[in-house]
Amino acid sequence: MRYSIFSLLAQAATGHRGWPPMWRNPEPRRAYEAIVVGGGGHGLATAYYLARKHGLTDVAVLEKGWIGGGNVGRNTTIIRSNYLLPGNIPFYEHSLKLWEGLERDINYNAMVSQRGVLNLFHSDAQRDAFVRRGNAMRVHGVDAVLLDARELRRLAPFLEMDDARFPIRGALLQPRGGTVRHDAVAWGYARAADRLGVDVIQNCEVTGIRVERGAVTGVESSRGFIAARRVGLACAGHSSRVAAMAGLRLPIESHVLQAFVSEAIKPLIPGVITYGAGHFYVSQSDKGGLVFGGDIDGYNSYAQRGNLATVEDVVEGGLAMMPSLGRLRLLRSWGGVMDMSMDGSPIIDRTEVEGLYLNAGWCYGGFKATPASGWCFAHLLATGGSHPLAAAYRLDRFLSGELIDEKGQGPHPNRH
Amino acid sequence: MRIPCPICGPRGHEEFVCHGEAGGARPAADSAVAPDAVDAMRAFHDYVYLRANPLGTQRELWYHAAGCECWLLVERDTRNHAIGAVRALRPPADGEAGGAP
Repeated sequence: MRYSIFSLLAQAATGHRGWPPMWRNPEPRRAYEAIVVGGGGHGLATAYYLARKHGLTDVAVLEKGWIGGGNVGRNTTIIRSNYLLPGNIPFYEHSLKLWEGLERDINYNAMVSQRGVLNLFHSDAQRDAFVRRGNAMRVHGVDAVLLDARELRRLAPFLEMDDARFPIRGALLQPRGGTVRHDAVAWGYARAADRLGVDVIQNCEVTGIRVERGAVTGVESSRGFIAARRVGLACAGHSSRVAAMAGLRLPIESHVLQAFVSEAIKPLIPGVITYGAGHFYVSQSDKGGLVFGGDIDGYNSYAQRGNLATVEDVVEGGLAMMPSLGRLRLLRSWGGVMDMSMDGSPIIDRTEVEGLYLNAGWCYGGFKATPASGWCFAHLLATGGSHPLAAAYRLDRFLSGELIDEKGQGPHPNRH
Repeated sequence: MRIPCPICGPRGHEEFVCHGEAGGARPAADSAVAPDAVDAMRAFHDYVYLRANPLGTQRELWYHAAGCECWLLVERDTRNHAIGAVRALRPPADGEAGGAP
């Protein structure tokens, strides 16, 4: 069913009892042209663009749990393209452009809200760094505006501008950044892919990857063997484990990132705000809760929960930026498992196993990349070659030295 | 998460810096100048960048930065953060900041 004002009115007139399921619940077939392992945002977007852009509809998405139950439903929903390095800016800007047209494209309300992303700066040196970043963005055709303290105060009067240690001097604003309803992204892509003929198969855990004479021939799953000559892995968080089924070792560690939501209050925060003197980012959901987060915990973890020291650190950052936060109560906190790569940038590339492709290493910036990640990974699966926008995200860049290290931290995943 | 430091006793993990997976032997220093330099590159690449990243027990290095400044070898379960055996790799000598592993 195509969603429109007419379908809504027709359903309203009949008590909303006639809405069909958003996607089928098919049994896995014995063979597909291509299999995408992982039914998160990236995997579903990949399947959707494989079908829509490359006409490849004999595709299955295998998800071990349920659609929307992984990291796509556990993030802080921020979208932006305020990167600095050449390998990154065009990719993330393409992603933002896809977000801008996403709802019309997939006929689904993902609540894309371009409410602006503010990065605060606190010193002359940090201002210089942000000017440089803003200029790099503008050279690439991305919007960036430098705000001084007076302009910033007008936008966000609740900020602690005159803190003795970390006074706020201004901000770099990307007006087109914002937030997107994360669950709706998963549901919308799943529905759109399904409508084009893709099989979205839930409760189907991949337990092995069959490789014969150096080429992939299919996957073992909790629902039997499924054959395919092309298999794409999009299971960030657990990429190392799945890749190990094909004998690969990856430049990735799994880490836990915590996120938080406060009780709901009336509209307070106009967009997304990130603190520059610590690591803290916050926005306000349409329900009214403040959604925020900070650093990863800093040790390898597959547990979807973290420790209290990080909670304290995140909240301290928030209170320093915005003391009024202290009047709020935390409603929930949770953790998600991240693929932390060795340079803080993702990998979209083929592997040494023919027909096996890898989409991994998103650190904790994967949500904003969902559309472009799917776009470029679909291109790779369909053509066997890298999409120009993702050409820098090679698996062998750690050997060749062409790292994309936005933060300049070196091979220490817990510092990215 | 509390780590039972063999020298300081059980301390909160925020006193420590996690250095990740222990194990992998560093390629011999002279391998970088060996004639077979491609292999040396590969060996150092594997040592610096690749990880087993296990689900379950992992042997890892922690540095007790806000304590005894020792490097510890810690067995920890990455599924639930339960900590098993911990031992100090090398106590710092007098006048020396912690011993590197």
